Amino acid sequence: MGKVSAAIDQGGFNFDLCRRNEMLMSKSGFKPPTYHKTGTTIVGLVFQDGIILGADTRATEGPIVAYKNCEKIHYMAPNIYCCGAGTAADTEAVTYMVSSQLQLHRQATGRESRVVTAFTLLKTHLFGYQGHVSATLVLGGVDITGPHLHTIYPHGSTDTLPYATMGSGSLAAMAMFESNYKKGLSRDKGIKLVCKAICAGIFNDLGSGSNVDVCVITKGKTDYLRNY
Amino acid sequence: MASKQQANWSPYDNNGGTCVAIAGSNYCVIAADTRLSTGYSILTRDYSKLQQLADKSILASSGFQADIKALQKHLSAKHLIYQHQHNKQMSCPAMAQLLSNTLYYKRFFPYYAFNVLGGLDNEGKGCVFTYDAVGSYERVGYSSQGSGSTLITPVLDNQLKSPSPLLIPQETEAVDLVKDVFASAAERDIYTGDRVEITIVNAAGIRREYAELRKD
Repeated sequence: MGKVSAAIDQGGFNFDLCRRNEMLMSKSGFKPPTYHKTGTTIVGLVFQDGIILGADTRATEGPIVAYKNCEKIHYMAPNIYCCGAGTAADTEAVTYMVSSQLQLHRQATGRESRVVTAFTLLKTHLFGYQGHVSATLVLGGVDITGPHLHTIYPHGSTDTLPYATMGSGSLAAMAMFESNYKKGLSRDKGIKLVCKAICAGIFNDLGSGSNVDVCVITKGKTDYLRNY
Repeated sequence: MASKQQANWSPYDNNGGTCVAIAGSNYCVIAADTRLSTGYSILTRDYSKLQQLADKSILASSGFQADIKALQKHLSAKHLIYQHQHNKQMSCPAMAQLLSNTLYYKRFFPYYAFNVLGGLDNEGKGCVFTYDAVGSYERVGYSSQGSGSTLITPVLDNQLKSPSPLLIPQETEAVDLVKDVFASAAERDIYTGDRVEITIVNAAGIRREYAELRKD
């Protein structure tokens, strides 16, 4: 009786078909299936009472707009939200997964979730997949230790910043931030600046468009302003 | 296994945009959006993709605008020579043939131009000629080329009843149809937007209209 191969049970990604794909692409000009990218503008900033996150609402599939009004600000915890750019399926899956892990953690500890918990869970997951999970995230929230804003790249590297922009429209948005950001902005001024940055992305970047979503997180209260 | 080495510089770029033309019984509507883009950026919101080649011929082109500028200059020069030699303007069907020949001349290093030529023929009826990048052309009742063409052509087919005898609209209906069709294309195509420039050629001459589109 022959030995049964245990290759199927190894888990993780199986790269066996990569050689075949490479051969197909070089030989017969075979086009691999495309996927929804969010070709996006996402931003976050720290203001005097907490965090403001912003995002556009256009999802593209190559040059076509696949979804005119998608939600790019994902719920992680009542006090933590995450904006996602990159492949739509990847950002949805990774934020949803970490959001449920956080909920279980809240049940176990009996405490409000901390931003660093979500932060570590996300970056560990993305690093483990070596950049193949194409999710670029702006994570922001207010917990017992104060307001926190982080950016997370697909390979798992991170930054902790007072203001951040990501996505194809990030340069247009960052231009707005760099010229107008000040420490300790009021709520209204902060929302206005976030809108200005997202609008810069919407009008100057072809991958971003449609509406502006804003999420204001403060100690004890979160306002999700959809289609602001 | 090492893959084949490919050239990593391309002489072409795609500046995006969409062109449409509709032929009527005694008029022709030629339209194009005014957005010029490269990659994910906008170069300008105010670029005209229409060029008047003769008094009753207008060329609308989308694709690589540098090649298109060169093509327009070439055609204008040829037209000037024709005027000197024949003491009259080129008719639209004649211009159509000239454009086809010019494109095929560069069969092995093509003009990256997707053209729609519109105007009035010798009898004063509207005519539209549609081209591919190397000069294959056909006289049709209406046509669309460019990044939004896949979104626009089915709508024109539906409204202008392509299979059975062509339903030829009135001039105002055609202009409204063009505005609607561009509005829809601007919703779903990222390279189409800003403004649409519409020219109407009829016996009285050439009229120009503009309509605003989404700017995002």
